[in-house]
Amino acid sequence: MENIEAIAALQDPVRRRLYEYVAAQGREVGRNEAAEAAGVARTLAAHHLDKLAEVGLLESGSRRLTGRSGPGAGRPAKVYTRARGERSVSLPARDYRTAAELLAEAAEEAGLDAGLRAAARRRGAALRGTAAPCGGLEEAMETLAARGYEPHLEGTEGGDDTADAEPAGRVVRMRNCPFHAVAEGFPPLVCGMNLALLEGLFGTDGAVRARMDARPGECCVVIENSKNNHH
Amino acid sequence: MTASAHAAVHLAQLNVATLRHPLDDPRVAPFVELLDPVNASADDAPGFVWRLVEEGAADATGLRPAGENVIITMSVWETQEALWEFTYRSGHLEAMQRRREWFERHVEAYLVLWWVPAGHLPTVDEAMERLAELRANGPSHRAFTFASSYPAAEAAQHLQAASSAPSEQAARDSRPSPAGDAAAV
Repeated sequence: MENIEAIAALQDPVRRRLYEYVAAQGREVGRNEAAEAAGVARTLAAHHLDKLAEVGLLESGSRRLTGRSGPGAGRPAKVYTRARGERSVSLPARDYRTAAELLAEAAEEAGLDAGLRAAARRRGAALRGTAAPCGGLEEAMETLAARGYEPHLEGTEGGDDTADAEPAGRVVRMRNCPFHAVAEGFPPLVCGMNLALLEGLFGTDGAVRARMDARPGECCVVIENSKNNHH
Repeated sequence: MTASAHAAVHLAQLNVATLRHPLDDPRVAPFVELLDPVNASADDAPGFVWRLVEEGAADATGLRPAGENVIITMSVWETQEALWEFTYRSGHLEAMQRRREWFERHVEAYLVLWWVPAGHLPTVDEAMERLAELRANGPSHRAFTFASSYPAAEAAQHLQAASSAPSEQAARDSRPSPAGDAAAV
């Protein structure tokens, strides 16, 4: 019931825009910023943001947004982030998560990494179907967004930032791991599966390629331009 | 290291891995190439305290206490989260993901974790004992895994009990780990 109520809170279009905006930032968002992004007044945004926090879809805290402290710094502002917990509703009730965890446990014990990766690569290729190979990072973002990865472009990682339209070192990173629960339980197995799935989806000889580059709190894979890879 | 209430215990780790081919075999070359960069990233990782290195070498791959073809890694970390983040959320994951190319699958436990007093650097013998305990008796506060972890507060109590009576604070802090606390399912 709790999940149904939380998800039902998103039926309001303003609330949904606010939620999607906060979730997409991957950082703390203040009321003014969220109001502006959703195109509504601050007081209305505040009301909806607090409602989203109340049902557990957002977490709220307070922060001095200016970075100043002491007298004159003003009152701390209320800020919001997406709540870490997962919400799902299935009618009738289904429990694919338990099935996934048990299959992963068995695959881990039996050392089936290679077989799982082969299946994932086939699935990725099948999902791509007869579509032309992915043409670039922007197109890759669309494909990834449709699969729930929450992609975002990340600029030059200390690379030479030239005036080119496509600076070297630009990669697509993903805020969301669609396989989070099983990936936390069996990281090498499931992250390897995820990499193979994306390799299948984007191909290995097209304009972009998937590469493992794990970091805390994000998906373990990045998508980069093949021509920018010097390995 | 900063002195704080949480600095009382550190997490020690031992990993054993049975090589499919000798380290100088070309089939293991990609693993050998990863050794230096991955070890360097461990040394720089948040919460890293110490790792075992053979005298005069850059790593511990020359030490073979668990068998002629079994390499080990051993390290100490400030918290379990720090070790988890390095193991699975850094360049180390890429090596883990390719483990089947280089290492035999272990039927028995190949990783053991245990708490040590901060400042204590475990010996290889001590580590092998903990692994034997885990294999013989299953997880306990003396020898556990990511999936079956024991909280630091509880460890502090046990470690203290071993030397003197547990303090009131340790007793108060000793609570069962909440279900969601385990790093793995």
